[in-house]
Amino acid sequence: MTRIQVTVDGVSYSDDVEPRTLLVQYLRESLGKTGTVVGCDTSNCGACTVHLDGVSVKSCNVLAVQADGHEVTTIEGLATDGELHPVQQAFHECHALQCGYCTPGMIMQAVDLLNDNPDPSEQEIREGLEGNLCRCTGYHNIVKAVQQAAKAGVTS
Amino acid sequence: MTITEERQTDAPEGEVGRSRRRKEDQRLITGRTRWTDNIQLPGMLHLAMVRSPFAHANITAIDTDEAKAAPGVIGVFTGADLKDTQGVNANAWPLNAEQKAPEHLPVAVEHVACAGEIVAVVVARTAAQARDAAELVDVDYEELPAVLDLREAVKDEVLTHPSLGTNTSAFWKLDSAEQGSGGDIEAAIAKARQDGIVIEREYRQQRLVPAFMEPRSTVVDPTGEQLVVWSATQIPHILRFLIAATMGIPESKLRVIAPDVGGGFGGKLQTTPEEFATIAVARRLGKPCKYTETRSESILSAHHGRDQIQKLTLAAERDGRVTGLKVELLADLGAYVAIVGGGVPVLGAWMFNSIYKFDAYQFNCRTVLTNKTWVDAYRGAGRPEATYGIERLMDELADEVGIDPLELRAKNWITHDEFPFTTVAGMTYDSGNYEAATARAKELFGYDELREEQRRRRESNDPVQLGIGISTFTEMCGLAPSRVLGSLNYGAGGWEHASIRMLATGKVEVVTGASAHGQGHETAWSQIVADRLGIPFEDIEVLHGDTQIAPRGMDTYGSRSLVVGAEAVIRAADKVIEKAKPIAAHMLEASVDDIEFSAGRFGVKGTDRGVSMPEVALESWTCHNLPDGVEPTIDADATFDPDTFSFPHGTHLCAMEVDTETGATKMRSYVAVDDIGVIVNPLIVEGQEHGGLVQGIAQALWEGAEYDDQGTLVTGSFVDYTLPTSADTISFVTDHTTSPSTTNTLGTKGVGEAGTIASTPAVVNAIVDAVRHLGVNDIVMPCTPERVWKAIQAGAPVSAEGEREAAPHFDEGAPNQADPDPSASVEGSLS
Amino acid sequence: MIPAQFDYVAPETVQDAIAALAEHGDDAKVLAGGQSLLPILRMRLNAPGVIVDLGRIPELQGISEEGDHLVIGAMTTYAALLASEAVSTHAGVLSKAIHTVADPQIRHRGTIGGALVHADPAGDVGAPALALGAELVIAGAGGATRTVAADDFFEDLFTTAVRDGELLTQVRVPKHTGWGAHYEKFVRVSHQWSIVGVAATVRSEAGSIAEARVGLTNMGSTPLRAKAVEEALVGRPATDEAVRAAVASVADGTNPPSDLNGDSDYRKHLATVLTRRAVLAAAGA
Repeated sequence: MTRIQVTVDGVSYSDDVEPRTLLVQYLRESLGKTGTVVGCDTSNCGACTVHLDGVSVKSCNVLAVQADGHEVTTIEGLATDGELHPVQQAFHECHALQCGYCTPGMIMQAVDLLNDNPDPSEQEIREGLEGNLCRCTGYHNIVKAVQQAAKAGVTS
Repeated sequence: MTITEERQTDAPEGEVGRSRRRKEDQRLITGRTRWTDNIQLPGMLHLAMVRSPFAHANITAIDTDEAKAAPGVIGVFTGADLKDTQGVNANAWPLNAEQKAPEHLPVAVEHVACAGEIVAVVVARTAAQARDAAELVDVDYEELPAVLDLREAVKDEVLTHPSLGTNTSAFWKLDSAEQGSGGDIEAAIAKARQDGIVIEREYRQQRLVPAFMEPRSTVVDPTGEQLVVWSATQIPHILRFLIAATMGIPESKLRVIAPDVGGGFGGKLQTTPEEFATIAVARRLGKPCKYTETRSESILSAHHGRDQIQKLTLAAERDGRVTGLKVELLADLGAYVAIVGGGVPVLGAWMFNSIYKFDAYQFNCRTVLTNKTWVDAYRGAGRPEATYGIERLMDELADEVGIDPLELRAKNWITHDEFPFTTVAGMTYDSGNYEAATARAKELFGYDELREEQRRRRESNDPVQLGIGISTFTEMCGLAPSRVLGSLNYGAGGWEHASIRMLATGKVEVVTGASAHGQGHETAWSQIVADRLGIPFEDIEVLHGDTQIAPRGMDTYGSRSLVVGAEAVIRAADKVIEKAKPIAAHMLEASVDDIEFSAGRFGVKGTDRGVSMPEVALESWTCHNLPDGVEPTIDADATFDPDTFSFPHGTHLCAMEVDTETGATKMRSYVAVDDIGVIVNPLIVEGQEHGGLVQGIAQALWEGAEYDDQGTLVTGSFVDYTLPTSADTISFVTDHTTSPSTTNTLGTKGVGEAGTIASTPAVVNAIVDAVRHLGVNDIVMPCTPERVWKAIQAGAPVSAEGEREAAPHFDEGAPNQADPDPSASVEGSLS
Repeated sequence: MIPAQFDYVAPETVQDAIAALAEHGDDAKVLAGGQSLLPILRMRLNAPGVIVDLGRIPELQGISEEGDHLVIGAMTTYAALLASEAVSTHAGVLSKAIHTVADPQIRHRGTIGGALVHADPAGDVGAPALALGAELVIAGAGGATRTVAADDFFEDLFTTAVRDGELLTQVRVPKHTGWGAHYEKFVRVSHQWSIVGVAATVRSEAGSIAEARVGLTNMGSTPLRAKAVEEALVGRPATDEAVRAAVASVADGTNPPSDLNGDSDYRKHLATVLTRRAVLAAAGA
């Protein structure tokens, strides 16, 4: 067991973890942050995307021990004071989700994309989301949602 | 000008037709979801599966001692340990009494027939401990020869299940002359050989992985009075029935819950070995148990889709009028006949003739067992295969006749004034307007301009060629009339159930048996009920997916929820109104005959007096002053069994660029004009279309489950099973024409599978069209750059002038074409 | 999905890391960005006893300029390289290639050093490293360092000049200021490893190619440098015809793999087309 101290969605946690524990397992199983989900075992699908020190990572591809001393934001910490993040709002407005399983990762990556490039072209949006698989929407409305959020001038 | 456009310019008065944002979204976009894998119960144990690495083997010994001694392990169970309690994965749709279906045990006892079959279950306090111990289970196998290739399997030289004596599961035939719905197919083909055109082709429907995003998971709690099963399933009601039917648990002692379910696409309409194994172990140990698969396990062990060889013979007159179609299918079922696996290819029987008027038609299907993962429904289920076959053939015929492929289709399709129309397959289509959808699609697509660009690129020998693909499709959905299912030996009905509970505070609960997993039932049903009962959209709660809350249902698949499930909701709502009327009349001191219900209000004819629906609901709840003999509730149930199917249709046009130097393909534009009848929520409909399109496009371009010679799935992870990303796809143009269905109250048709059914042939037709002048008339799916490039290399330029030769007849060496020998044996065996 | 058990050490200096490797020998595995290693561990394709995490060693981070070289710490992430104006100015083909690696999340974690030492022939950093003539600084026991030229670095499939107990610490890249650059990556879907990739960087003089460097991805068991093509390009005008002739033999002597994405011959054909395109794009044609 290794002792780690991680801040997740603004709350500081200190836990003993097996070194093999993946960050996503730690979030889900130790902290109950089940909004972040697991969709694959090869880091292709992006469903587990969270922000680590402000940038997007696949939390299945990071060990919990690597997050020691760092700050994590999950989909559950994105809304502030009960207000949806503009990207969350745009996903709702544009019907950018169906089953919703890819949605937490997709939203977290979309936020990262807009942090990096507040005024992306359609192609830049499509390339910026290439690490997140969705099987329901055909991506069409996801792209629209990111465009709408960009128009609204989103930066977090 | 389409009806849709008119509706868009005039905002709808009611809820139906409005692009309501979904009620479901709030929890999904904030991470407050209840996926099965999120569930934690006190003392819950975790399962890991030990799976066969071999495609075909006898299990000779299993040593579990080391695994049992590993940290945290509570138990290790083999098939022998569970054989009396684990039930069986049933086939619910035997094609006929002669069908051969091997027993499919959740945990294999003596014999494994495909890689990935479960041979032992490890139970431990954590999932990691279970996985660690699973590595320590030592299984001895006696490897057996495996049959992996469909054509090889037909020969019965190597058997998937030696005890069955054959690999053929069943043979099923529909013949238009025999059933009186059309002429004799052999006569039509013979005549065409003399003075018409015969197009003969073989097409391959590759094996696909449904690849829902949420891996399957099952949690079982055996500690209460009822055994509670949470599962990531499309079919909680059918699962409950089959657990009861095969495991010896009274149905009344079972509660099945499908909580938030992350997609299905047919892939979760199975009862799975993992579900049954988890139930068996939880009951044995008396402790809550969870099993969640990894993605690799899911790709290997959740059922696959499609996998057919289609031998097609199309007979036509010289001018392109089709006189007959003969279909000979070989369908790969994999190692077992899955829940409806045998029936899926047969769903194509009524769809190969599609929107066309053929004189004669024959459909033959042989279902075959091989040592691969079992095959069952995947989005479209039988209909994409049929649509692909006929739409590819129509392009080939157009080329042979030398006319535009849209013109050829128009020459053969049912015209709008011919509905209702009974097809050569014997199915009666209630409505449609293929001319209108096609005209709109051409306009949106810029058909003539793209044809002109295509001509220019050909003339300049541009390295990038342009092709236009067409798919004018229809499908049958809204599964299904129970009598029809009965006539096909299907093991259940096709009805759907709904309940409406009118709460004392004016709120409404709508209970539906259709169990959603991303479709947006909660929103659409609310819209429908809001209009019907005059209750605000926000005051309606839609409940589903738990057999304790929604005890009756047939679940969600086959584009059935709206046309069957919502019809039940409408009928329940109408019953609520009828039950409320006497109470309202009593409250208003009027005669029931004088009560009119409109916009949520019961009024007395000719007066301004009235009471609202919530007022009547409250009155029935207090029950202080009801008319004599009136039951103190206005809640109502309805079960709806459809009389017929729903027949959406559409015209899809696709432009593909082909880089002739590399074989790379790129989608330029895609227009889909669908007629799905009256639309309840345009936003949800568009979403269904977009997603459906990409799944169908992905079959054409990217996806394919491939096994090696040993029966190992080579495409066993998302690294190799190549799903498209946002960067590989484009934005689509979608529009609608509307010919309302005449068989349900709202005039709706199904939409869930339409995009997938239509898009695959549109894409392949476009690629072939781009390089047809280079001597290419087919490319095997998925059309990888390598295959496209090699097809171009192999193609011999066709002379543009002069006499055209007869269409090729199963040329050896051409793509998709059978070796002469096996195809002859197929033909012989079908007769 | 869950890796097998391992112990974990996170040294804070290169010397401590090397000491940890010496202590655990074959049982130890170095964790850099982890974007290839963690999937391997999760699939249990490898089960090391000890993971030595380099993520807490400051001296392995960062990009600096030393005269006519860029010096890149081995643990510098793809994202940091993409954000670096020094890299895009002086080593354009490296920027272009890295832009195509996997996806943004992976580029936030994945490191240039990890990728080079992992030496997957389908990875996208080997070819530009070859094209740019990078030098790899390797630290060993007792603080000794040695420098290996990129041409000598890649030895075989997943095998480099970094020996047991050693660490790659720096990538020194000669500045190619003013050189045009292009990375032509061929994939079926965007999140795939390269089916074939070509890194080209070209110095042009008066409309002709004065110097050219070409590296190939996934055309054999290691990334390859196409020296014959580089020589053939010198002095040619940057026209389709001239470049086509110069690159025609680029696949000669290569031994690319055959798999579901294409057989060996198809990859050889692709290499000729993609090399032409990469060189022309690098030359601004």
